[in-house]
Amino acid sequence: MTLSSALLRLLVFPGLVYAVPAAWFFLWVERKAVARMQQRIGPPLLQPFYDFMKLLGKRAPPRPGLEGALTRAWPVLAAASAAGAVGLLPVLPGAGGFAGDLVLLLALLELPAIFLIAAGFSSRSLYGQIGSAREAVMGISYNLVFLSAVLAIALAQHTFRLDGLAQPSASPLRWLGVAAILLCLPAKLHVTPFSLPNAEQEIYAGALTEYAGPELALWELAHGLEWVAMTGLVAALVVPPLGPGPVQGLIFVAVSALVVLGLSALAAATARVTIERATRFYWRAALVVVVVGAGASLLMGFAR
Amino acid sequence: MNPWKRLVAGCRKKSPWLFHMNAGSCNGCDIELVACLTPRYDVEQLGIRLEGSPRHADILCVSGPVTRNTAQAIRTVYGQVCSPKAVVAIGSCPASTNAFVGSPTVDGPLSKHLPVDVFVPGCPPRPDAIVEGVARAVQILAEREAATTPPARGDPAAADPAPVPSEQPR
Repeated sequence: MTLSSALLRLLVFPGLVYAVPAAWFFLWVERKAVARMQQRIGPPLLQPFYDFMKLLGKRAPPRPGLEGALTRAWPVLAAASAAGAVGLLPVLPGAGGFAGDLVLLLALLELPAIFLIAAGFSSRSLYGQIGSAREAVMGISYNLVFLSAVLAIALAQHTFRLDGLAQPSASPLRWLGVAAILLCLPAKLHVTPFSLPNAEQEIYAGALTEYAGPELALWELAHGLEWVAMTGLVAALVVPPLGPGPVQGLIFVAVSALVVLGLSALAAATARVTIERATRFYWRAALVVVVVGAGASLLMGFAR
Repeated sequence: MNPWKRLVAGCRKKSPWLFHMNAGSCNGCDIELVACLTPRYDVEQLGIRLEGSPRHADILCVSGPVTRNTAQAIRTVYGQVCSPKAVVAIGSCPASTNAFVGSPTVDGPLSKHLPVDVFVPGCPPRPDAIVEGVARAVQILAEREAATTPPARGDPAAADPAPVPSEQPR
């Protein structure tokens, strides 16, 4: 991967030029799909853009000193790491990569959640702290499933490179891995049965209770970028990068949007569970995925 | 107005976020406000969202006659809503304290504590009346922002949380 191709990926496709409109589009798809499933009309197409611009125009309360600096820094860091994760996704064939970029992708996908936890605690709001504590507990639970699913796929493919990971494989383990990643998406993206960290009305707005104006706008953007990154990861694993570039890009966007639709259906059909049930669910799922997935891929590795 | 401000003002009209505060309401108006979110009225198509935190809101919706318990809380919450902001009084109670007039536990009406922009009378008002009131508040919000320059930092209108209601240019 040369510097120019890396910049092209980070800034154009699948990076910022694609990711920011896609983030707004996916946020809209989620809201619109839930509205249609509840027989409502739902927001207009540009609604997330309107929200973003309006929040930029609001005046956030002044916070002096370190607290203010942190308040401004967390959403920027979260948006940047989510955008970086989108830029790393192996969408186009022959776009290049580097050894171990899977590890970097996993780190960048996890960072927004960590920044959210830090943001909740540094906002000094009681509700922010509850939201952050919930996010942390959820993170410990679903990340075991998520990481072992990604590890199972990586072991089955014998590579930690993303472009190698995206290659088609005959191994059924890949589909187990994709299913396990899909299982983690609602918790990672705060979709309804597991929308515990930002449980609206219940704990005000969770970690973001104290955030306002431009900072909140950036949090919304970071959340949208997380949607693009996570659905994009599923799309990149499901669709092997074999076709010509533009077709590949279109299929990537279509599969991502399909995943968003599926998650919206889940959000419309379910109610929020309690934190105990959510963690129990993920720890049980983790048991299955770790034993079946990682065990089988290790055995396959020895048999080879 | 420069193009950036015009764009933000246009977007502001299309994305009013509400924070609902119950100031001793009997729950009648609260139910009518929530009814606005249901498929029949569906205010999300206007970009209206009921927010969990006053920090996220543009429009503060208050129901109830303002009991003595809630009077201080309502001023704090008003200070927590970031400028530019508007206040909508939902129901007859915040307008006139309604059936609770003269009660020793009521410290109303709402206009004693906050600069109210729109009154939506009714006991309770119909959801379409509430939607209309919010739409009018959006209009007032846009006009007010166009008419005034933003307050400087340290101005009471931008301070948080305001111990007393800050004076808004009306």
